[in-house]
Amino acid sequence: MYRYDQFDRTLLAERVAEFRGQVARRLSGELTEEEFKPLRLMNGVYLQLHAYMLRISIPYGTLSSQQLRTLAQVARSYDRGYGHFTTRQNIQFNWIKLEQLPDAMALLASAGMHGMQTSGNCTRNVTTDQWAAVAPDEIEDPRVWAEILRQHMTLHPEFSFLPRKFKIALTAASHDRAAVRVHDIGLRLHRNGAGEVGFEVMVGGGLGRTPFIAKTIKPFLPKRDLLSYVEAIVRVYNQFGRRDNIYKARIKILVHELGAEAFAKEVDAEWQTIKDGALALDPAVVADVAAHFSYPRYAELDDNPPELARTRAADRRFAAWLGNSVANHKVPGYAIVTLSLKPEGGPPGDATAEQMETIADLTDRYSFGEIRVGHEQNLALPSVAQRDLPELWRALDNIGVATPNVGLVSDIIACPGLDYCSLANTRSIPVAQEITRRFRDLDLARDLGRLHINISGCINACGHHHVGHIGILGVEKNDQEFFQITIGGQADEHAALGSLIGPAVPYEEVADVVEDLIAAYLELRERPDEIFLDTVKRVGVEPFKERVYATR
Amino acid sequence: MRLVKGCRVVEDRFVRVLDEAPIPDSVPVLIPAARFLADAAEILAREAPVGVLWPNSRRVAELAPYLDRLALVALVFPTFRDGRAYSQARLLREHYGFRGELRATGDVLRDQFVFMLRAGFDAFEVKKDADADAFAEAARRYSVFYQPTGDGRMPALRARLEQAQPGPVAALAESAR
Repeated sequence: MYRYDQFDRTLLAERVAEFRGQVARRLSGELTEEEFKPLRLMNGVYLQLHAYMLRISIPYGTLSSQQLRTLAQVARSYDRGYGHFTTRQNIQFNWIKLEQLPDAMALLASAGMHGMQTSGNCTRNVTTDQWAAVAPDEIEDPRVWAEILRQHMTLHPEFSFLPRKFKIALTAASHDRAAVRVHDIGLRLHRNGAGEVGFEVMVGGGLGRTPFIAKTIKPFLPKRDLLSYVEAIVRVYNQFGRRDNIYKARIKILVHELGAEAFAKEVDAEWQTIKDGALALDPAVVADVAAHFSYPRYAELDDNPPELARTRAADRRFAAWLGNSVANHKVPGYAIVTLSLKPEGGPPGDATAEQMETIADLTDRYSFGEIRVGHEQNLALPSVAQRDLPELWRALDNIGVATPNVGLVSDIIACPGLDYCSLANTRSIPVAQEITRRFRDLDLARDLGRLHINISGCINACGHHHVGHIGILGVEKNDQEFFQITIGGQADEHAALGSLIGPAVPYEEVADVVEDLIAAYLELRERPDEIFLDTVKRVGVEPFKERVYATR
Repeated sequence: MRLVKGCRVVEDRFVRVLDEAPIPDSVPVLIPAARFLADAAEILAREAPVGVLWPNSRRVAELAPYLDRLALVALVFPTFRDGRAYSQARLLREHYGFRGELRATGDVLRDQFVFMLRAGFDAFEVKKDADADAFAEAARRYSVFYQPTGDGRMPALRARLEQAQPGPVAALAESAR
């Protein structure tokens, strides 16, 4: 956990006071809705189809149990008893009343949380690997750098009115769990030939209407230069990014239009003038930020304790969960536990206040009081002693967050869609719910293996459909909901965009098409462990297309 | 619209000259960028102070050769969502070392004052009278700053260290007491 100190708390209090004044000016009519809009957006407040929505940032996906309890309290006191975890390590409350917003924000601030910069044309929540500091394949904790960036970008006087929103993600592991290549800036900590650790800097990734995979403009950036280099990138973007067309305003379009090389040149010219100034990171400053993180005091334990083996042998359901939702930890005797927020028939990513409170209690008992939020809209308890897994599993199963479908067909990423969102063309939650019902057989799901289905209810791609192994995009045709299906996308270190399989299909047929795709895969795969994505890569789109459209 | 400087509403001593109008003698003038660049030497030869109204779509590097002879650079916020002039302001102050008046014009509202002050602006053509009156209060809204800019305020990253281990700055404050 990062410990907020007097500086962070003072700033939050000042922010809440400012927002209280802005809401008062709006309610009195001193501010028009037009003028209020950018102010509320910079505090994470959207006006949706039915009500205001409040989006709260969970920096680098780390929450304390106390913070999760506070989120539960917000859900109870100001919303309808639940919250929705998003694909960018945020949580949304969908039924907030304008006049109660300042109080909800004050409550959040008491636990060191806020909605600052979760919306608007500014730098958004800096995200990273939800397994930071516990994953065996990581070279160091990326959250230290995410926190340095978070502070630097919070209320940045130059970059609060950018051409468009701006998203930064980091990873420090060999397997990218943070989808850094589909961000405006992606940063990958790695070791160079000389053994030093620094950043690979990628820019111009993004989904939406015009998807791009980010391009590397700096293969190795020394750590001391992180802030100056990012500052140079954003300064170039702020001045030269397009502002004439909202659909061409993201940095990916600037990088594409200038070319990555010319863009990198502009950045470098700017960087040379500032790199040795106040932004050069003093190792003492970095050490101080790192010292604000607390780490568990792990016990000396052995892997595979007897309690675990006994329950695994005795209980088939436990064994299935253990095989699916529990991952290796860097410390012997511990494990990383993913909590599936994708129950059969449920809206992906939703958690009730009761669930949040129970999870908070469970992490206090079993995982050093910390919770992680991942971009797949699931939670994780990062450090559970393996001997406690049977007990923890029973408790998680009781509250419905132990469905052993993590990374499988029913672990669907979906945006809120037309059930909430004013931009959506189609529903997406009911599409996800129907697919989870079709694939309720967990043995079948396990046999299918890793399979990511991502659903967006409009071209803005909040459900990351471009990078789903199966991507589903809602479009409107003559006032009807239709869906385009892509296959072969992926979000990790081999990031790729999916290919369209053919004409859009109506709402009622989406789950049938997914069943057809999977039937085709089962026939086409060479071995049981060749996953859907690999079959698509090997045989191409055509056989899948034929199967789906043969009867349509 | 009111002009705010030093947290107070003040009289604007600069006369705004349009593209075609004659430039009056012996009064401070504010001149559009294109006209200034076309005739810079002659305009700067006048006795009275000169200011340039610089659009947010032009690189400030073009203005660099003249900065030491300009009394005022006015930057433009066509809408308050268009933040290009923040970068221009920082470049003028921090890269080119401009020390004259740096004025924010256009859609200038209360909620931008802190950002503008931090970016280096020291004069503000404030759109609404109520916002101009609230300037001092709005400027004091925040006491914590996370990033270093040319305004010299200590960023929190550094302030934490100073607090833990009083360095030169804190020691100086201590000895002054």
